[in-house]
Amino acid sequence: MIPKVLTVSRLRRLYGETVAVDGVSFEVGQGEIVGLLGPNGAGKTTTINMILGVLEATSGTIRIEGADIATSRSRALERTNFAAVYAPLPGNLTVYQNLRVFGLMYRVEKIPARIDALLDQFDLNGLRHVKCGVLSSGEQTRVCLAKAMINRPRLLLLDEPTASLDPSAARDIRAQVREFVSRDKVGALWTTHNMHEVADVCDRVLFLSRGRILLDGDPGSLPREHGKASLEELFIAVAREPLTLKRT
Amino acid sequence: MAFHRTAAIVLRQYYLLRGSPLRVLPIFAWVAIDIVLWGFITRYLNTIASPGFDFVPVLLGAVLFWDFFTRVMHGVTMAFLEDVWSRNFLNLFASPLSIREYVGGLVLSCIATSALGLLTMVVLAATAFGLSFFAYGAMLVPFLLVLFLFGIALGIFASALVLRFGPASEWIVWPVPAFLSPFAAIFYPVSTLPHWMRMVSYLLPPSYVFEGMRAIVSGGAYRGTSLLLSAILAVLYILLASWFFTRVHRHAVRTGLLARYSAESTA
Repeated sequence: MIPKVLTVSRLRRLYGETVAVDGVSFEVGQGEIVGLLGPNGAGKTTTINMILGVLEATSGTIRIEGADIATSRSRALERTNFAAVYAPLPGNLTVYQNLRVFGLMYRVEKIPARIDALLDQFDLNGLRHVKCGVLSSGEQTRVCLAKAMINRPRLLLLDEPTASLDPSAARDIRAQVREFVSRDKVGALWTTHNMHEVADVCDRVLFLSRGRILLDGDPGSLPREHGKASLEELFIAVAREPLTLKRT
Repeated sequence: MAFHRTAAIVLRQYYLLRGSPLRVLPIFAWVAIDIVLWGFITRYLNTIASPGFDFVPVLLGAVLFWDFFTRVMHGVTMAFLEDVWSRNFLNLFASPLSIREYVGGLVLSCIATSALGLLTMVVLAATAFGLSFFAYGAMLVPFLLVLFLFGIALGIFASALVLRFGPASEWIVWPVPAFLSPFAAIFYPVSTLPHWMRMVSYLLPPSYVFEGMRAIVSGGAYRGTSLLLSAILAVLYILLASWFFTRVHRHAVRTGLLARYSAESTA
């Protein structure tokens, strides 16, 4: 059995009367990339925000390598990192300065050497002393990914990490994350609306609809199991006719 | 509490200051303008007032003390607002950083900037207008300490308000010292105030400092118990402000305000 990096149990989040996340339970194992899919408003980002400790769950538990985010927040988040298109690094610091600040924040050993390795890995050497605010969106995404890996996290949360990248850069990023996850036995939770990306990178997918996990399985076989030709068709069915699909 | 995370907040502020002369300039500029302006006013008042009374330690000294307090308060809030303006909350608060470490980093950052401002004022007031700090005797250090502590408390409180009400409430930060100034008895004794204002004044640590400053300069006695009371009040306000910031952060995490803060910063 693969050891679990992330365990989410009966997670629920209410906004007044509105149920944003409704009793979600899932696990992410070491060396596994799990795709969190669903239409806009399905509860993906709300779930990620709760895992990151910036949003309190109404009920349920989140454990990162055994540390409960509600009671051992710092210990849980020391092993976690994230990259999201809506959370760019401060534009008024250079790439190097931002990575140095977050290296110190996450108590990375030999920070300069780690930064050098990440700048090489994400092809950012030429931008080392450039302020993040003047980078293109693709370059900013690569810097965010470098920050997300600076502490060699055990759990990596990626919220649409390739949304602003061209297809070639996106493919490179997918390969790098894939290699990082399998080499360091990291668990990754990946949200995207790109179904080709899901098929390329995810070991398992969770389809979320109206705050609930509707489907859970292998992205290669899941469409067939539900009478659909492709993941994209399955996604559209989840978005438009969730009641016609069997809940797992 | 992990010191390296507090150090990361300080390092970020250091990089910001080092990379932008426009951020460094206000540390010196406003206090220098105030000292020059009030320096000439006191010089003029000395020429028209009855001989023997020196306005410099009373008026210019008061301006210097009040500016120091204002710089401390603004030092904390400016460091906080840098994270508001750069939409950095999600990166910070989704890290292992605790609120105590974050606020500690803001306070440490402000020590450096307010010390630079104080040094500028002291040098300018002493060299250009002959203000001697020996006039305040050994009380100078506790006076500055009380003002520093109260500035920290108000800085944390104002930052908490911005966190609670969103980036659009940033303006609240700037007039706070001006709002308090009539009650703080900077230029006149507390006894000048009407009864209800006196009651407010007794709750403000700076009013004890300015009363003490005037008493010492005029050769009168200043009770150590007043100084102790002002220090106790200042420490109490820091504890209350920290508690308030923690409560506001907790509310922001509970309601989802923190998660939405980055998006709202663009509004």
